[in-house]
Amino acid sequence: MLRYIARRIGYMFVTIFIIITVTFFLMRSIPGDPLAHMARGLPEQTRANYYAKYGLDKPLFTQYLVYMKNLLQGDLGESVVYPGRSVSETITNTSPVSAKIGGIALVIGVSIGIFLGIIAALYKNKWPDYIVMFIAILGVTIPVFVLAALLQYFFAVKLGWFPTSGWGESKHMVLPIMVLALGPIATYARYFKSSMLETLNQDYVLTAESKGLSRFNVIRKHVLRNSALPSITLLAGRIVGIFTGSFLVERMFSIPGIGFYYISSINNNDYSMILGTTIFYAVLFVIAQLLVDLIYMLVDPRIRVAPEKN
Amino acid sequence: MVQNLAREDFTHIGVEVTDAERLGRPRVSYFKDAWRRFRENKIATLALIILTIMVFFVIFGPAISGYDYARIDGSVRNQPPSREHWFGTDQLGRDLFARVWQGGRISMAIGLIGAFVASFIGSIYGGIAAYFGGIVDDIMMRIVEVLISVPYLIVVILLSVILQSSSIFTLILAMTLTGWCGIARIVRGQMLQVKAQEYIMAARALGVRPWKIIVRHMIPNTLGVVLVAITFDIPGYIFGEAFLSFIGLGVQPPDTSWGALASAAQSRFIFYPYQLLFPSLMIALTMLCFTLIGDGLRDALDPRLRK
Repeated sequence: MLRYIARRIGYMFVTIFIIITVTFFLMRSIPGDPLAHMARGLPEQTRANYYAKYGLDKPLFTQYLVYMKNLLQGDLGESVVYPGRSVSETITNTSPVSAKIGGIALVIGVSIGIFLGIIAALYKNKWPDYIVMFIAILGVTIPVFVLAALLQYFFAVKLGWFPTSGWGESKHMVLPIMVLALGPIATYARYFKSSMLETLNQDYVLTAESKGLSRFNVIRKHVLRNSALPSITLLAGRIVGIFTGSFLVERMFSIPGIGFYYISSINNNDYSMILGTTIFYAVLFVIAQLLVDLIYMLVDPRIRVAPEKN
Repeated sequence: MVQNLAREDFTHIGVEVTDAERLGRPRVSYFKDAWRRFRENKIATLALIILTIMVFFVIFGPAISGYDYARIDGSVRNQPPSREHWFGTDQLGRDLFARVWQGGRISMAIGLIGAFVASFIGSIYGGIAAYFGGIVDDIMMRIVEVLISVPYLIVVILLSVILQSSSIFTLILAMTLTGWCGIARIVRGQMLQVKAQEYIMAARALGVRPWKIIVRHMIPNTLGVVLVAITFDIPGYIFGEAFLSFIGLGVQPPDTSWGALASAAQSRFIFYPYQLLFPSLMIALTMLCFTLIGDGLRDALDPRLRK
């Protein structure tokens, strides 16, 4: 058990190291160099100073070592487009905003999704099942930006209940959260339904029923607990989905989260920002995946007893 | 009793012992059978019909409209749908009916090519890993694990930034770069499962050569899973293209795609909702159709689900 966890954490560090290294060299392999179009037209000396400031006058491998050393100290360098703006600071200032919306959306989405999944499983092939599956399919197929535009149109423009965009008050969060929650609702409703139908066919459910347990208690004690297990593995994917969804949602609702800055740094070729934020995202995903796997291992007795061999 | 029976009562009616081996019904091939079961699924069949109609319009739509998708006409800006312009016009007076289907060509091409390229690479990779097993399998799957833990949108964004170009080729390359990992895993899992089946052991025991086992048993039994995976992957690629076009990294003018059209219409959505409606309806409809067809295929291609 402990050996398995240690090995997984070891792999995690290898993965993170590879991602950082590959990202760094890929970003540096761009034709020209990160400062080329910023430094165009500058006098020779200014230009040299400019390059020295970002450490770009040194050989590539030295740059890499310096970057890694700074990275270990939590320093991701300085924005190329906005001198003086530190990448690490931008990340620490903006990611809580994204985490807040994403977290709320995830909790709401997963809860509603599970609830709908339960209903669909209990009323299989009846109208509640069809309605839930319709919602689930809509949630998978409607692109995020279309949903966002629709919600803005109806709730903000037509009805005037919520502002179209902005940030600061809780009313600003309603629409973005609705958009982000649809993904988890759809996946969880579908997945929980099939997982629950599978559990309902198990022998121990039959045993519980023949013992004379009430339908409610059978579902609560036996079916729900056992169906909930596999859906934990879905969490990793949904966390990723929330973050990538936030790229669009934050842009469309003008929310100052990290996705907003990521997209704008891509649009104005802010290389150090892109590099830093990409690393931040990748590390976050890898850690999230590991955590979800470990939680799954802790809750599922079958895996806990025999953790070797996947 | 028995003595009363005459010898004439026992005539030979022509049943041979070897007839027991004869097939009672004509032989139905695997894919024919799957196709029959697919057609029994009404929803999936409907999705297939809708998709066929859309493919027809994507191919012939631009010609039907009678307008060139890139022709700018200042006299008919932002017109709502009418008899002249079935889907209306955009802010430069370009006919949206022509543009939507023209964009559909790129969106669908990216979806299809992306999914096929990814599953081709993934199948070979997964097949090799499953065939050799042992340390080769271990190393290959470790690599997949590392690649799969990088979110693909980040890879795509990064690659579009690095290559500094947004041609269709770049988009497909960027999306398939890690896109094959999922299929590699599925194929490996399925191959390992098939490899452990009794009929493979029986074939081995009968002395069938390895390549023949691969061609006759392993590949046909994996094909179904790959086909289903492709169908489910296509919406992902179409969405990926739409996403990239939306944040400005996708298809560049004068070319267009559903994502690019939706992106252009989004800022004026409140005034001209139809400009966003048509391209996003097409995205949603295509993704929906492929998802439903995938569901149908999965059920149809699994012989164990046969009633």
